[in-house]
Amino acid sequence: MEQTPGWVTLGKDALKPVVAFLKDGPGAFISLHCLTGVDRKEAVEVVYHLYSFEHRVMLTIKVILPNADLTIDSITPLWAAADWLEREVYDLLGVRFAGHPDLRRILNPDTWTDHPLRKDFKMAGVVPKPVK
Amino acid sequence: MAVNEKILGAEGIDKVPGGGFVLARTEDLFNWAKGASLWPLTFGLACCAIEMMVTGGPHYDIDRFGSGVFRASPRQCDVMIISGTICIKMKESIQRLYAQMPEPKYVIAMGNCAISGGIFYHDTYSVVKGAEELGIPVDVFVAGCPPRPENLLHGIIKLQEKIRTRKEKTA
Amino acid sequence: MDFEELIINMGPQHPSTHGVLFLQLKLDGEVVVDCQPHIGYLHRSIEKIAENRTLVQFVPFTDRLDYIASMNNNVGFCLAAEKLLGISAPPRAQYLRVIVAELNRVASHLLAIGTFAQDLGAYATPLFYALRDREKVVQIFDQLCGQRLTYDYVRVGGVSGDLPPGVDQLIRDFIAYERRMLAEYHDLLTGNVIFCARSRNIGVLSKEAAVNYGVTGTNLRASGVAWDVRKDEPYLVYDKFDFKVITGQKGDSWDRYDVRMREIEESLKIIEQALGGLPEGDPVAKVNKVFRLTGETYMRTENPRGELGFYLVGDGGPLPYRLKIRAPSFSNLSVLPYLVRGLNISDTVCVLGSLDIVMGEIDR
Repeated sequence: MEQTPGWVTLGKDALKPVVAFLKDGPGAFISLHCLTGVDRKEAVEVVYHLYSFEHRVMLTIKVILPNADLTIDSITPLWAAADWLEREVYDLLGVRFAGHPDLRRILNPDTWTDHPLRKDFKMAGVVPKPVK
Repeated sequence: MAVNEKILGAEGIDKVPGGGFVLARTEDLFNWAKGASLWPLTFGLACCAIEMMVTGGPHYDIDRFGSGVFRASPRQCDVMIISGTICIKMKESIQRLYAQMPEPKYVIAMGNCAISGGIFYHDTYSVVKGAEELGIPVDVFVAGCPPRPENLLHGIIKLQEKIRTRKEKTA
Repeated sequence: MDFEELIINMGPQHPSTHGVLFLQLKLDGEVVVDCQPHIGYLHRSIEKIAENRTLVQFVPFTDRLDYIASMNNNVGFCLAAEKLLGISAPPRAQYLRVIVAELNRVASHLLAIGTFAQDLGAYATPLFYALRDREKVVQIFDQLCGQRLTYDYVRVGGVSGDLPPGVDQLIRDFIAYERRMLAEYHDLLTGNVIFCARSRNIGVLSKEAAVNYGVTGTNLRASGVAWDVRKDEPYLVYDKFDFKVITGQKGDSWDRYDVRMREIEESLKIIEQALGGLPEGDPVAKVNKVFRLTGETYMRTENPRGELGFYLVGDGGPLPYRLKIRAPSFSNLSVLPYLVRGLNISDTVCVLGSLDIVMGEIDR
């Protein structure tokens, strides 16, 4: 199975028009398969996996957001699937999706202020696994 | 008076031969009744809930021990089987469910997660490390990840023994 | 005339929410105006744990994601790890993986059908039938790896052990037995007037909506999209077997049930072929325990609930830098509010049961 070995990096302003074109254009990437984020310490990568049933190609798109401005356009208007996935990325990594209809935490309690999948996440009560 | 018939699992209750009578102290009689009809709460948390379902299923048949009546409401239950990982978001619900159960009530902590956090003890930010951290007194701990159904049945038998031998405090 | 909207909290402790799901239903009489699922009641921070475990150490955690189909999770994660490392399992291990994955698919679909029927009010009987048959699969796995629910059988680079003597006969017996028993399920449910009336035309999910919400697996196929990763992007040795991709027509709750029933037959066919063609050799994993992980990979496999994806990122060290688990139930549940709007509250339970979710992998 040949899935795309690489990825495409986009600027954050270009993301929404580009994925809209990919969805409705000849590529027919009609499925938003996965949406996630990776904390790269000084920046957060938001990773989109789009899939085209017609051409059987998975396309990986990355947008790099510097820590100073963790905001990106929401793609919920294009895919309903993005709703919960964006809420999850917001909850775990703190990326704000502008234009999201209901950007709340999804997994963790609403009262939390931290984002647990950040590399600098610290919390009382977390017992690290002892290293041999 | 010659007493020669025993009721299984009821040490303090003696049947009078040839007649439909038993001789017992009320305390023993009540404890026997309590232990033989432990109704659990339909309350599955995680993986262990599947094994709890299997224990209630045809192969293991929890009904043999009088515990097959899973009730959906805590008001009708005697025993709460905490079957799975307790997460911080679930904490208050469990405490409330326990508070809603009528006395006398018992708790079985099923699986390592409900005992101490188990496999989710290290590096987790959202797991409560065991049921006792919630202030819920646990009567029987059933270890395993998940415990086998025989193990849970053993836990129920142990709880029945505990109930039968418990001496109520008299005021 | 004025009416007042009533808000009903369903869960997190509720017999028909399949675990610890909390649904906030806004009702106008019996009719659901809005439904708001709240999840995270089983959030065990598995993705954070993954960043502190080597690949080998993490395999047991995949068992606890979708605990009804642990073998399939093992397979998915090990394939992702092998893809990143550029290694592959011996041929016998690949066949064994197919056998255990399909056996677990049968067990998982049986449980889905049993609980779905119970949600519709058929108290105990269908569920007990399902548990009775599932027990046979569990006992096969018990002999195979010594565990009943969390198997940890598939390892990075192979499997943990070969088939013990006699187990292949047990599997063959199970295939014959289950084929006989499926007729019983059809008698009990498929033609049952009440069952059909409760599930037909309830929660109709169109093709477009299914794709838009990222619904995968049996739920997508029930909506009429002939898409199965096993067939269309074959992994392991699925391309060597003859099986059909089952689809439904309408995408209602009954179709989702029906697709599962017919998929069991296909899975039995695959197991039969895999047992017949099982190559000789040693299937046990013979690789290092610690790897240097570089680069990133995305691997998806067909789980009983849909497409399970692992996005694995390495930074040169032995621990994954990030592991994202794309859980099929997560997307499948997100479509629930769309499906239940306008239905009766009793049909909400029917739709939820037909989607077949597992909270363990939704919350991770």
